[in-house]
Amino acid sequence: MQIELTEDQLDTLIDDVQRQYGYDFGDYARASLHRRIARLMTVDRFVSFAELRYRINSDKDYLSRLIDMVSVNVTEMFRDPSFYAALRTQIFPVLATYPLIRIWHAGCASGEEVYSMAILLKESKLLDKSIIYATDINPTALSVARAGIYPLAQMQKYSENYVAAGGAEDFSSYYTAQYDMVKMDTALTKRIVYATHNLATDSSFNEFQLIICRNVLIYFNQTLQDRVFHLFDDSLEGLGFIGLGSKESIRFSTVEASYQQIAGKDKIWRKGKK
Amino acid sequence: MAQRQEIEAPSKVILIGGSAGSLSVLLVVLPLLSERINAAVVLVMHRHTRSEDLLEALLASRASLPVRDIEDKDQPQRGIIYTAPADYHLLFEPDGSFALDSSEKVNYSRPSIDVTFESAARVFGTRAIGVLLSGANADGAEGLYEIEQHGGITIVQHPETAEVDYMPRSALQLFPPAYTVRPGEIAPLLVRLASDISAARD
Ligand SMILES: C[S@@+](CC[C@H](N)C(=O)[O-])C[C@H]1O[C@@H](n2cnc3c(N)ncnc32)[C@H](O)[C@@H]1O
Repeated sequence: MQIELTEDQLDTLIDDVQRQYGYDFGDYARASLHRRIARLMTVDRFVSFAELRYRINSDKDYLSRLIDMVSVNVTEMFRDPSFYAALRTQIFPVLATYPLIRIWHAGCASGEEVYSMAILLKESKLLDKSIIYATDINPTALSVARAGIYPLAQMQKYSENYVAAGGAEDFSSYYTAQYDMVKMDTALTKRIVYATHNLATDSSFNEFQLIICRNVLIYFNQTLQDRVFHLFDDSLEGLGFIGLGSKESIRFSTVEASYQQIAGKDKIWRKGKK
Repeated sequence: MAQRQEIEAPSKVILIGGSAGSLSVLLVVLPLLSERINAAVVLVMHRHTRSEDLLEALLASRASLPVRDIEDKDQPQRGIIYTAPADYHLLFEPDGSFALDSSEKVNYSRPSIDVTFESAARVFGTRAIGVLLSGANADGAEGLYEIEQHGGITIVQHPETAEVDYMPRSALQLFPPAYTVRPGEIAPLLVRLASDISAARD
C-alpha cells in the first residue's frame, strides 16, 4: 500500500517546485500526478511527506528524479501502427509538395517515435528535405533519444509494429546490434534536432507543417490542454496537421473550430487556411 | 480548472472489474441493465491490446445500454457503459472526468482494476459501486477495499460461481464486502442500488 498523500500536501509540493525551480505542474491531470508522487514516496522510501518535501527543497539534483517520475516516459516505435500508416498514405503526399518539411515531435520521450518518423520519411524519400524538431521536458529521456541506443529485446515488437504500419523493408537494416543493445542508423538522425521544451511554460519557436504530440496531453488537465492547443495553433502553418494519441482529441479545445479530422479513426486533424 | 456545463451527471458510478472468466458474467449482467439505472457503468477488463475492438463489439451486441470507448477527459454520463481502453490505466479527475495514464503496469496489468477502483473511491466516495468478478489475479481486491473504506458499495461474485476464483477470493480474504452474489443476482442488485426509484421501492 502507498503512503497517504493528501491533496493539500500535493498542492504544497507543486508550489515548492514552481517557486524553487520554475517547473509548473499545477495544471497536470490531478489523478495521475497524485499517483506519481505517491509512487515516488514509496519507491524512494520516504517515511513522511515532510521528508520528501525537505529533500526536494534542499537537493537540486533530486529534482531530475522527480521529473523522471512525473513525466511518464513509456513509449515504443510505431506505437499504434495504423497512425503511421495514415501518415504515410494520407499526410506525406501533401507534405511532399513543400520544398522543406518541418515537423515537431512535442513530448518525444526517449525518441522511439522520432526514429519511426525518420524511417517513414526515408522510405518515402522525404527525409533529406525534412527537419524534425524533437522536444521533451525531460533531459534524461532526450539524452537517450540522442544516443539512439535501445534494448535489442524490444526490436521484435517494433518490427511487428513496423510491418503492421505498412513497412516493407527489412526492419533490422535500420540498426546495428551489439550484445543486447541496438544502435539506430546515424543516417536517420542527421535531420533531427533535439531540445528541451516545456509545453506548460515555453512558447512557440518555429512554424511547422506537422506537429505530433501523442500521449502527452492525457497528463494535463483541460486548462493546460487548451494552452497547449493554442501553442500548437501558433506553431502550425495554415493547412498543417496535428497528430495526437489514440485516446486524445482536440474537441475540448477552443481552437477546435479551425480544425477538421482527416478520414478514418486516426487522431489526425488538419488546420484550415490561415 | 474551468467547470464544464452540467451534463447528465449520474448519481452513481458502477465500476466492474474482471479478468479470466468474467466475460460470460458480463454477458449475463449487461443485457439486464436498462435506462432505469441512474448510473454510469465502467468496465475494467484485463485483455490483450489487439483484441480491443472485438470486445467492444461483442458487449455492444448484447447490452441494452449504449457501449462506448473512453477518450481522455470525457465526462461519464448516465445510462452509458464505458470500456477502459487496453494499455492505459483509467483514473478519474476531481470533476469526475476520465483520465488515462500509460504508466507502468500494476499487478502485471494495464489497465489495472486496483488503480481505477482506488481513484474512483477517492473521487466518488459514497457514489461508487464496485463489482469484482472472476479472475486469475489479485488485481482489484485492494481497490475494492478502498471503495468500501470511502463509503461506497462493494459487490463480489461468489467464488463458487466463478470460472477462476482467485480474484473474488482475494477480495474476500481482505474484507467482507457488502454483497457476495451469483452472476444472475448482480444486475437486479445493481438496478436496485442505482435506480431513481430505489428509495421508494425499498
Ligand atoms: C507517455 S510519454 C509519450 C511518448 C511518445 N510521444 C509516445 O506517444 O509514445 C509522455 C512524454 O511527455 C513528456 N512531458 C510531460 N510533461 C511535459 C511538458 N510539460 N512539456 C513537454 N513534454 C512533457 C514526458 O517527459 C514524456 O516523455
